[in-house]
Amino acid sequence: MTVGKDVSALFPDVVNCMQTDNLELKKLVYLYLMNYAKSQPDMAIMAVNTFVKDCEDPNPLIRALAVRTMGCIRVDKITEYLCEPLRKCLKDEDPYVRKTAAVCVAKLHDINAQLVEDQGFLDTLKDLISDSNPMVVANAVAALSEIAESHPSSNLLDLNPQSINKLLTALNECTEWGQIFILDCLANYTPKDDREAQSICERVTPRLSHANSAVVLSAVKVLMKFMEMLSKDLDYYGTLLKKLAPPLVTLLSAEPELQYVALRNINLIVQKRPEILKHEMKVFFVKYNDPIYVKLEKLDIMIRLASQANIAQVLAELKEYATEVDVDFVRKAVRAIGRCAIKVEQSAERCVSTLLDLIQTKVNYVVQEAIVVIKDIFRKYPNKYESVIATLCENLDSLDEPEARAAMIWIVGEYAERIDNADELLESFLEGFHDESTQVQLQLLTAIVKLFLKKPTETQELVQQVLSLATQDSDNPDLRDRGYIYWRLLSTDPVAAKEVVLAEKPLISEETDLIEPTLLDELICYIGTLASVYHKPPSAFVEGGRGVVHKSLPPRTASSESTESPETAPAGAPSGEQPDVIPTQGDLLGDLLNLDLGPPVSGPPLATTSVQMGAVDLLGGGLDSLMGDEPEGIGGPNFVAPPAAAVPANLGASMGSGLSDLFDLTSGVGTLSGSYVVPKAVWLPAMKAKGLEISGTFTRQVGSISMDLQLTNKALQVMTDFAIQFNRNSFGLAPAAPLQVHAPLSPNQTVEISLPLNTVGSVMKMEPLNNLQVAVKNNIDVFYFSTLYPLHILFVEDGKMEAVSSRLQGSNIFTVAKRNVEAQDMLYQSLKLTNGIWVLAELRIQPGNPSFTVRLPAPALPALGCLLPCAGQPLLPSLLPRAGVSLMGALAQLGWGPSEPDVNEHQNSEPSFQLSPIRLPR
Amino acid sequence: MIGGLFIYNHKGEVLISRVYRDDIGRNAVDAFRVNVIHARQQVRSPVTNIARTSFFHVKRSNIWLAAVTKQNVNAAMVFEFLYKMCDVMAAYFGKISEENIKNNFVLIYELLDEILDFGYPQNSETGALKTFITQQGIKSQHQTKEEQSQITSQVTGQIGWRREGIKYRRNELFLDVLESVNLLMSPQGQVLSAHVSGRVVMKSYLSGMPECKFGMNDKIVIEKQGKGTADETSKRRPSAPAHSGKQSIAIDDCTFHQCVRLSKFDSERSISFIPPDGEFELMRYRTTKDIILPFRVIPLVREVGRTKLEVKVVIKSNFKPSLLAQKIEVRIPTPLNTSGVQVICMKGKAKYKASENAIVWKIKRMAGMKESQISAEIELLPTNDKKKWARPPISMNFEVPFAPSGLKVRYLKVFEPKLNYSDHDVIKWVRYIGRSGIYETRC
Repeated sequence: MTVGKDVSALFPDVVNCMQTDNLELKKLVYLYLMNYAKSQPDMAIMAVNTFVKDCEDPNPLIRALAVRTMGCIRVDKITEYLCEPLRKCLKDEDPYVRKTAAVCVAKLHDINAQLVEDQGFLDTLKDLISDSNPMVVANAVAALSEIAESHPSSNLLDLNPQSINKLLTALNECTEWGQIFILDCLANYTPKDDREAQSICERVTPRLSHANSAVVLSAVKVLMKFMEMLSKDLDYYGTLLKKLAPPLVTLLSAEPELQYVALRNINLIVQKRPEILKHEMKVFFVKYNDPIYVKLEKLDIMIRLASQANIAQVLAELKEYATEVDVDFVRKAVRAIGRCAIKVEQSAERCVSTLLDLIQTKVNYVVQEAIVVIKDIFRKYPNKYESVIATLCENLDSLDEPEARAAMIWIVGEYAERIDNADELLESFLEGFHDESTQVQLQLLTAIVKLFLKKPTETQELVQQVLSLATQDSDNPDLRDRGYIYWRLLSTDPVAAKEVVLAEKPLISEETDLIEPTLLDELICYIGTLASVYHKPPSAFVEGGRGVVHKSLPPRTASSESTESPETAPAGAPSGEQPDVIPTQGDLLGDLLNLDLGPPVSGPPLATTSVQMGAVDLLGGGLDSLMGDEPEGIGGPNFVAPPAAAVPANLGASMGSGLSDLFDLTSGVGTLSGSYVVPKAVWLPAMKAKGLEISGTFTRQVGSISMDLQLTNKALQVMTDFAIQFNRNSFGLAPAAPLQVHAPLSPNQTVEISLPLNTVGSVMKMEPLNNLQVAVKNNIDVFYFSTLYPLHILFVEDGKMEAVSSRLQGSNIFTVAKRNVEAQDMLYQSLKLTNGIWVLAELRIQPGNPSFTVRLPAPALPALGCLLPCAGQPLLPSLLPRAGVSLMGALAQLGWGPSEPDVNEHQNSEPSFQLSPIRLPR
Repeated sequence: MIGGLFIYNHKGEVLISRVYRDDIGRNAVDAFRVNVIHARQQVRSPVTNIARTSFFHVKRSNIWLAAVTKQNVNAAMVFEFLYKMCDVMAAYFGKISEENIKNNFVLIYELLDEILDFGYPQNSETGALKTFITQQGIKSQHQTKEEQSQITSQVTGQIGWRREGIKYRRNELFLDVLESVNLLMSPQGQVLSAHVSGRVVMKSYLSGMPECKFGMNDKIVIEKQGKGTADETSKRRPSAPAHSGKQSIAIDDCTFHQCVRLSKFDSERSISFIPPDGEFELMRYRTTKDIILPFRVIPLVREVGRTKLEVKVVIKSNFKPSLLAQKIEVRIPTPLNTSGVQVICMKGKAKYKASENAIVWKIKRMAGMKESQISAEIELLPTNDKKKWARPPISMNFEVPFAPSGLKVRYLKVFEPKLNYSDHDVIKWVRYIGRSGIYETRC
């Protein structure tokens, strides 16, 4: 408005104009105050008088205006004066003033939460929920919901059948926006049984006919959530399902932006309850004029809805789309055809012929995309469509994208025996081996080994060449390791190699890119909101503690006897079976990341199969059987370690004799109840913090992390009003509850507090990785300090790779294997961090030597590198030699820094087939 | 909730900026300009997340409206609010253009203050807003206390959309049934998808607080009532043209203006409401069954060699011969490498528009049960582009004086218990207009 000029110099003059009768002028002055009060806090005080006077004005519009504006002036001194007028306005006779005052409480809470609680505004706000005016109710609900969000533990909104009833009554009467606030609030309620759920649903369903899409979506959210509690045999359940479809379809006739929001939500709904929209395929057909974002979303939903009944129509549409202009859209359409083939077996043949037609168009990106999906079709239906390989080979030269090249190479390698010139084809790729992307290189390596096993006579040279390229000239540890594995396999036991590399592959099936079920359930609770648009939990994009309360669907608690119980588990796939996941064609790093893309939920993610496939892919299609039994352990139910029992609490100084001692010790103290605890250290010396001394440590006990603090008052005055906050950190550590210091801390007094932590906060890479910056506030000032937290507090209980030993698992580090090489004890360890990162480590201990070495065995090395959330390059922990520090303590204090992988052994060996075999740790 | 609201012109200059929450910094304004308005690529999503700040935007002509937040807000609500805000601005000063916004910035700030409090949308009904936010100076000193409390009770009241004490000498109401019929047809004439999205727009000039009841030939209602009682015709002029064969229609879904009592509709399927004064959209509905497709397009495209295309398109009108369709326009897309076009048509005018890559064939009027034809020869420049021409669908525009869904208004009853006028004194007008939505035939 001021064209960017700073006009704060005019402050006194503007304030002079405040006492005008002209409402329009008054509003402008207020607007000015809102913008500039912060820069001139002292002068803003001048305005207070007028505000207080205006709050008493006979005209309700002016009263409301004054209270509204005061709340927007975020100057501490003014807030104090705001309390009295606000209290009056909350009880004003005019509803317009009351509804404005209700929002003002939320504003005040944002500035000074403590003040609001002290002044008892929260109770007044709660009373407003029973107000006679629906708009006041709506605003009070909105304000309370917002305040409650920042106090997840408090029971502010105290929803009970009576208050729910009030809300439902107000729902019928208030404005469209008010209805949204109320519905969003209702969605947080968990009815006590299915009857109550049904009666709420009955009263919410009329909202589905509202003209405002947001009202409709919020109503859908409530219904989707409460439906979870209804028994499927109920007639009402079926009725409700039927009622949901038409409004969802109607949302698609809204403006494009809203359509986009609706489609993102429908995508979730279709995954959760496909039966709702199964007959509505046609409305998701793409229109020529749809904006691209609507087109892409519609396409996604079309594939999800594709079934035997409608596949013909869908295919015809997809073929049409494949000739459109937008490259992304065309690619997605082509890929969709492949997905249809995999999803609906009866259509596979038609899909393949459609894809062949598309390849004939010779449009470069269409061809490449088609080849990528045909590879998946081959895996799903082996020995059925191999006749098309010839056509594919014709297009070999036009492939320039790594993904397509990798897919083609896979096909050539897999079907080498049917392709006469397979060796020539692969050789042609080999020429530019070093210029290819990792994905292509890995695939090429595997393909040539396959070829060699199939036609050993002609291809000896080729395989030598590729193995030396991979092992000697490459910087990529992934590639090198795969090279060595093949090399040794081939050199020691070609028959075994054949069994391993050419093993039968598990079939891929069903859906792709389904959202992980627990995340899906959480997102269903967020229908209509940004989280459902991004398909991410709010913690992924909301800063600070706000809105990171995890929501989950209510369990089905039938009051009537319900016969069917297997349905109680919220299975992601409606059919009941866990869908397999096609290994994404993204690069390998992407694949590995899939292991951990689940939300930060406690407990192992349900999508065990995705973990499995990811792990298989890590070692290439050929190695499935080699890794066959191991991945089954990962994340599987049998894998959850029992709660921490054995503890190496004080492994103490006598590490001299290596492993055996270690185990003895652990068994000796095996009954302690927590993991190793670092002694408390002074984090914040008293001189730096005006007399407040803080020392503390971190502990982990049975699944929960806490920060044990000792606050000492070394000043002369009493300290009160403690609060704590963490800066963003590498693992998203955040306080799970506010800092509770009940009584004021009088001089020379010390309190001990255990602050529970969670790991759902914002993530930012810190240097070093385990650095945590903390701010502590009290009535005197705000103090900052930083501390390093021991990493082992982040090791979660299910970090175990195989059930071998229960001894170290008290600290959640699990032993995979141990062996003795050259008088050194080698210990293979696995652990898992709270954000789902797996770490494998090899521990080398020499008896009599107080230092030991950790190194990450090569297969896990690249994995770790790309898994560490913020690491730019592969990180390797190098364990600092530390005498007398326990294993856990040492591990916890790892200095995380890049270092060269320990590969000397490999580099010294001759490039021949006479290498000594490496036994993979089992 | 919404943390801030910005309005930009097409260059990305900020016209209006109102920040409601502290978490939105000044740099957010620039972030949107740089990443969205000035982005090289076409906008891929109406929601953008830049550095943990989410931007929702809509575009009206060349004006960008952006709502900003850092929280997990109700996304649907934010967009609904942005549309509403456009409506409110349009109601106050007409078209949303840079000039109008600059000329009315005080008003816009005043409105933003009123309809969005701390990021929570408040009453945004123009009817109510206009009672206390006006364009020509405020008359606060002239308002009596009753007037003031009347304003506030209306803004917050249950009937926030209508004020008390409205008086008309002549009580009159107009109902427009506006339908847009959408079609996607395969070249072989198979209907791939067809639906009608309709709106009932009402203009009411009624005194007092009238209670209205609206009835139409909804299948569910008719079947419930049984045959025989369905004869509750109110005054209707001009009389609606009818496809008499159809008694009732199946409505897939409908949504209502907030004045309609939804719980009553849900239980009794009756539409009752107290209307806002003036024009408003009473309901929207969607039907997919038994749609009368007013026109059938039969395309025939033949590629003659590599440099020539022959196109023949026949359109057939499919409604009563006594009715006239208007503003008929058929758009036949041509390849990008078209060098020349020769067109012959039996009726209307046809022109090749190179800038739009299409032949546009316009017919002013056409009666029902007729057919007309156009043929064109398209000369192509030889290209070495391997990609085949995508053949966009042939689209069509028209307007017909009936409702393609078959919807008919059966009655609209008005009751005003306090004032002494009855249902019979109200003059009622009903009009049906069917327009083409996206009416496409693939070729």
